[in-house]
Amino acid sequence: MWDYSDKVKEHFFQPRNAGPLDGANGVGDVGSISCGDALRLMLKVEPETDVILDAHFQTFGCGSAIASSSALTEMIKGKTLDEALKVSNQDIADYLDGLPPEKMHCSVMGREALQAAVANYRGEVWSDDHEEGALVCKCFAIDAVMIEDTIRANNLCSVQDVTNYTKAGGGCSSCHEGIEEILAQVMAERGESFNPGAQPKEEAPKGGMTNLQRIKKIEAVLESVRPQLKRDGGDIELLDVDGKTIYVSMTGACAGCQMEALTLQGIQQKLMEELKEFIKIVPTKAGALSRASCHV
Amino acid sequence: MSGIYFDNNATTRVDPAVVEAMLPYFTEQFGNPSSMHSFGNKVGLAIKKARMQVQELLGAEHDSEIIFTSCGTESDSTALISALKAQPDRKEIITTTVEHPAILTLCTHLEKEGYKVHLLKVDGKGRLDMDEYKKLLTDQVAVVSVMWANNETGTFFPVIEMAELANAAGAMFHTDAVQAVGKVPLNLKDTKIDMLSVSGHKLHAPKGIGVLYLKRGTRFRPLLRGGHQERGRRAGTENTTSIVGLGKAAEMAMEAMHHENTEVARLRDKLEAGILAKVPRSFVTGNPENRLPNTSNIAFEFIEGEAILLLLNKFGIAASSGSACTSGSLEPSHVMRAMGIPYTAAHGTVRFSLSRYSTEAEVDRVIAVVPEIIAQLRKLSPYWDGDGPAAEPEKAFAPTYA
Ligand SMILES: Cc1ncc(COP(=O)(O)O)c(C=O)c1O
Repeated sequence: MWDYSDKVKEHFFQPRNAGPLDGANGVGDVGSISCGDALRLMLKVEPETDVILDAHFQTFGCGSAIASSSALTEMIKGKTLDEALKVSNQDIADYLDGLPPEKMHCSVMGREALQAAVANYRGEVWSDDHEEGALVCKCFAIDAVMIEDTIRANNLCSVQDVTNYTKAGGGCSSCHEGIEEILAQVMAERGESFNPGAQPKEEAPKGGMTNLQRIKKIEAVLESVRPQLKRDGGDIELLDVDGKTIYVSMTGACAGCQMEALTLQGIQQKLMEELKEFIKIVPTKAGALSRASCHV
Repeated sequence: MSGIYFDNNATTRVDPAVVEAMLPYFTEQFGNPSSMHSFGNKVGLAIKKARMQVQELLGAEHDSEIIFTSCGTESDSTALISALKAQPDRKEIITTTVEHPAILTLCTHLEKEGYKVHLLKVDGKGRLDMDEYKKLLTDQVAVVSVMWANNETGTFFPVIEMAELANAAGAMFHTDAVQAVGKVPLNLKDTKIDMLSVSGHKLHAPKGIGVLYLKRGTRFRPLLRGGHQERGRRAGTENTTSIVGLGKAAEMAMEAMHHENTEVARLRDKLEAGILAKVPRSFVTGNPENRLPNTSNIAFEFIEGEAILLLLNKFGIAASSGSACTSGSLEPSHVMRAMGIPYTAAHGTVRFSLSRYSTEAEVDRVIAVVPEIIAQLRKLSPYWDGDGPAAEPEKAFAPTYA
């Protein structure tokens, strides 16, 4: 049995805003019937103000798909379309006090239904760019398509590379066999064969930065994401930099929450872009590193 | 725990008499059956008795044909890998599209190691095409593995006849009989079945105990090598308590065989007819004319199985589903897909599996509850409109893939 939060159960057993909506002027139908999850989102939008007066859903899907749909309608009612479009799939999951990793796609589907319904209202055509594969890494909810694309785009050749780029395999490590299989298959496409002993990708040159410059850059990136974290009641602090590994502490609402992993992934991406090298970001409890104790 | 347990194909309750038979072997008779002293000796005798009880249930000719393993999955793996190792010149396997993952996942893996795996297709009722099978039976086939009864639909395969054909072609025949043992009378000595897998927890014995039946004279290579337990065919100190439990459970299954095939079948039929009469757009999957007496698999169109299970659970009713969501995979049950059940129904399949503990009152209660649950979920479904499916449901709702 899935470990659903009470909030998910409540929205499943007493779904809000279920059923057809009379006078809907924006409708989004998304999902995939082969995967067993599909959703119709119906909006009644006030044309003068763009405010969503009412939102209803009909869902073919599992408990968390129904709960995500119900949550979404509650979250967007009363918002303008532009405000509503800011609702991310993570916001939906957070509203429900989290979803199991296998079920995160239900919140993604909610967000896509919203985009589709708004596009329908505005007379635009919405096309979906999201393809979902089988879940490989359960610790960080990374699917096969994401891993394949990343290996292809970056010519990766080791499990360590894949972990560095996608986080997949960075947790319990049970999925390493699966990652090796994907590596073997994608590498075969480019005419190489997978060698389990291969060294992880060469580090990109550090761009001639001094350590101080590097740390300043890192601080600057963290500074740039801080306002957003603060808005959600959290914060991030740099604890230490040890070669490729950057230790940070997450505090407040971010610490330990489902969002932490995703937030860190985003920050890691930004840091890699800025530093032009591969780095690993490791969340640590403040004070856990002796050298960083002065930060507490 | 109260509640209505209609998920006996997933696992069963250990019979209290089985528990009672096991208890002394934890504390009083704790010895190692291989030891010389009397602590071990009694345990050895208990295992011997259990072996004979299982032999009796399977209708095996010799008790030495019974090898105790750790589970049905181990028995399946042992059988297939042994058949390949023992016949290195034969590189092909024949099995079916609807086997349990204990066979299918193994076969996918063996394929990567260079073996050729033939998957026999099934028709809309889950039946095999014997002509297709005969054509594939060449001198390249090391082993045929075909389940006795399907765990999702209960549908039987004609394994006795298929074993004859395999034998004539010089191939070994294995059957995963995990769902059939204890529910179907067996007489293996009169068949050409070389190997057969049993799992204790499907017949009111504990989890984590299994049997591989190995017909005398069948060439064999052990999966686990080590001590001389099980005559060297499965090394590792015996799970004595569970073996004793399985022996007792086998004896009780023999006694209950008639009841399973009359009373349990009657309750299952009543349940099925009751639900179908009250729920529109629902149908039985598999072959109702030829299946296990305890299993009914019903597809409820236009809704999803996990949602059904969650609502059933709220009423204290336990069942299972072939929906993708219940397993965390992207596809609904491979068994439903193999039978060509459309996605709009495959995701909404629910398996009810009864046991000899199931009662008439439980059946009546489930018949009363299910129609409400289905109606409630259909109200949420984009394919449903008022009292029936939307006109041309697949057109009324055709979502963009997301
Ligand atoms: C047909 C079939 N084969 C094999 C198994 C696996 O048995 P075990 O759980 O003992 O490994 C099962 C149990 O679900 C089954 O139904």
